[in-house]
Amino acid sequence: MARIELKSLTHRYASSRKETSSFAIENLDISWEDGTANALLGPSGCGKTTLLNIISGLIRPTGGSVLFDGVEVNERPTRDRHIAQVFQFPVVYDTMTVFDNLAFPLRNQGIEGKAVNARVREIMEILELDTLANTKTRHLNPAEKQIVSLGRGIVRKDTVAVLLDEPLTVIDPVLKLDLRRKLKLVQQELRLTMIYVTHDQHEALTFADHVTIIRDGAIVQSATPEELFLYPRTPFVGYFIGSPGMNTIRCEKVSDRLKIVDSELELPDEIAHKASHLNGTIELGIRPEFVETSPDEKPNWNRFTVRMVDHAGAYQVLTLESGSLRIKARVEDHSSSREGDSLWINTPHDRTNVYEDGELVTL
Amino acid sequence: MRKRSITLAVYFLLLFVPIYWMVITSLKTDVEILQSFTLFPRQITFENYREIFTSEVWRSSFLNSITYVLLNVIMTLTAAIPAAYAFSRWKFRGDHHLFFWLLTNRMAPAAVFMVPFTELYYMLNIYDTHFAVVLAHCLFNLPLTIWILEGFMSGIPKEIDETAFVDGYRFPRFFRTIFLPLIAPGIGVGAFFCFTFSWVELILAKALTLTEAKPVVVTLTVGIGAEGVKWGLLASAGVLTIIPGILVVYFVRNYMAKGFALGRV
Amino acid sequence: MRQRPWLFLLPTLVLMSISAFIPLIAVINYSLHTIFAGSTPDFVGLQNYADVMGDAQFRGALLRQLTFSLLALLVEIPLGVGIALCLPRKGGAVGLSLVLLGIPLLIPYNVVGIVWRLFTQSDIGVIPRILSVIGYDYNVSLNSTDAFLTILLVDVWHWTPLVVLLAYAGLQAIPQTFYQAAEVDGASAWKTFRYVTLPKLRSVLTLGLLIRFMDSFKVYSEPLLLTGGGPGNATTFMSLFVARKAEAYELGYAGASSIIYLYVVIVMSYLLFQFINRSQERGRP
Repeated sequence: MARIELKSLTHRYASSRKETSSFAIENLDISWEDGTANALLGPSGCGKTTLLNIISGLIRPTGGSVLFDGVEVNERPTRDRHIAQVFQFPVVYDTMTVFDNLAFPLRNQGIEGKAVNARVREIMEILELDTLANTKTRHLNPAEKQIVSLGRGIVRKDTVAVLLDEPLTVIDPVLKLDLRRKLKLVQQELRLTMIYVTHDQHEALTFADHVTIIRDGAIVQSATPEELFLYPRTPFVGYFIGSPGMNTIRCEKVSDRLKIVDSELELPDEIAHKASHLNGTIELGIRPEFVETSPDEKPNWNRFTVRMVDHAGAYQVLTLESGSLRIKARVEDHSSSREGDSLWINTPHDRTNVYEDGELVTL
Repeated sequence: MRKRSITLAVYFLLLFVPIYWMVITSLKTDVEILQSFTLFPRQITFENYREIFTSEVWRSSFLNSITYVLLNVIMTLTAAIPAAYAFSRWKFRGDHHLFFWLLTNRMAPAAVFMVPFTELYYMLNIYDTHFAVVLAHCLFNLPLTIWILEGFMSGIPKEIDETAFVDGYRFPRFFRTIFLPLIAPGIGVGAFFCFTFSWVELILAKALTLTEAKPVVVTLTVGIGAEGVKWGLLASAGVLTIIPGILVVYFVRNYMAKGFALGRV
Repeated sequence: MRQRPWLFLLPTLVLMSISAFIPLIAVINYSLHTIFAGSTPDFVGLQNYADVMGDAQFRGALLRQLTFSLLALLVEIPLGVGIALCLPRKGGAVGLSLVLLGIPLLIPYNVVGIVWRLFTQSDIGVIPRILSVIGYDYNVSLNSTDAFLTILLVDVWHWTPLVVLLAYAGLQAIPQTFYQAAEVDGASAWKTFRYVTLPKLRSVLTLGLLIRFMDSFKVYSEPLLLTGGGPGNATTFMSLFVARKAEAYELGYAGASSIIYLYVVIVMSYLLFQFINRSQERGRP
């Protein structure tokens, strides 16, 4: 396994007949440490798959470099990069057994039989595939096939990294959890460098130790899941992460105090003053999880009306309204709020993020 | 990459050599054909073509061919479309068996049916008419067209039909304005296969026609085995029979390319 | 709307009765009688069938036909796949290639015969000339082997494009990711072909195999025009054989041999189909 870096990476697509999004990757800098579980998260079409293909060598970037352990590999063909890739739909050799599938890369290298057998058995044990060793892969379900795909990637000891491109796409929801668990397990046990591409934030946050959020070919934020959750760098990240996403409240400066746009509500002093030296467009962000609610009036808390109650199993999402302002709060399932009820809301200042011109401000 | 292009070029070359040969033969004089061997006509002549275009026999032959081929396409489509709809949308007793039986007819060697056709059509008084050939060709074209159309129709979800009926469409209107446009490619493909099969078929066309409905494929067999075969004439007639085919393929080529590309999805 | 399958099938059923059903009954009828021109047919039961099966000529024609069809398949399928692998995958050249491939398929069968006759005639043909240069005395009218191989060559020339088109469609349907994976796995070109391309082409090749087998069994115009079935019987294939008997008005014989012919085709196609499917094992996703 190795450390993978992208330096000043730039890529532009050759113009195709349909000009959907003629976007480019521009001056990207990312590094993934050896042996870490990473996620590349972003909405569909933002360039994640392109990045994977650049790393594996299937696409040549128009500018910048790709480095493995500090060595530039731009000129190296795919075959020599030793990158394992797991795709959206399982890619296995239908006519071969699981054993032969896993042995295939090793045999192609000319490794002798005994060593091949030993290594394949080792991998099969880790991936819990032993019982299926002699089954032809075409008889397996998609989840099992994906594991075989993964196995084929890691069976070679000189594999540099494992790239996963939305690998759970065709898997039954019932089996997704199991597969995710296995992926995480394997990554930890073998200390693989894994880059997991997805548009599902849940997958990304539960799998990876480090998440990079990409949008329109540029990195928005690259941090641990915790940091992304607590300190999203832009309202976009705040909205993209978490269910539901972060609330964004537009504010304006009125005589050196922050006030919420089009609303009579008062902000807590700490926030109102903290941000008073800012200029530009100001937004506040607070996650529904951190919005405090109370059925009884409390000093300095604001009054909202419950507009909608969404039951989501273990919790509820309340849509609250005050004048033209709408925010969401996430509460325990046993709360008994109903539509039309009044609720008193507090937004703790230590949980409220301040954004100036779309960027997080640290105060 | 180079190896591929070269192989392809060689293959296409070999494929077209016979055709090239026929074209230049059609442009040579009979004398040149029989007495010398040249890769390119020493003396280009359009005499052969002129003879065909002015000959009543050849002209009527071409006309006959075009007539019965077009009639066949129309008749086959008219019968195949409703039949394919029935197979695609409805389950009924014996549907699989009927379908299978239809397909086995496609396999039937034409020689088997030569005599019965002749006798039957004689009885029905349609011997030596375009109709005879049209009917006979239905034997092969109908099963194939139904099979093709059924495939296309099954690709259209039943919900569309049901929605239309709920919206108050009577069946004929639904069929005409909604369904047919959706399966237009299928109709195109079916028509294409009908056309090509009918145009090239020989055994039945020869057995069922005499003079009135003699198609060009039969006229082309004249002079075979006889003394002094007029090669130039035959070659030019041959060239003329290929042209409709080339035109059809040329016009649908992008269609075909798209159809093949769609397979990737 | 009410289901009216039989109404929708009516035109088809009528046409097929006239084209298929009634003639078939007629042929079966012939096969059960001896027929002489001018006199009434005599019912002879299955005698004709016995005669046909016992006739060395018939068996010869059948064997010849089988050999021919199998050889044709052996050449056309691999060649077709090979050419398909060379075709461009996208761009303007695709449309052009498809047109070029389509042309041989659209030539009337007897024009094919004429063209190849031009090619192979002893006095005016290209092939005899070329072969005489390397010392081989080629004569399609007199040499049985020459004749047989020539007809085979004509069939290959004429029909390989069909296999190419089918194989090409099949190739286009294979997602690129499989080739990428094979590349990453370090597979050689041959291994990639064997483990990725070939398995995924299976269903399309089966189709091609069946179509070519059935159609090659009906070959008629080419031998008729090129060699007239000769020299001797060298190129008298089944279709030609049956047609000759019918033309000679030996309808009883022709009828019986026709029925046998028809069902040989159907049965063999069915068996071929089963064989290919069975070797694919159960459990297709």
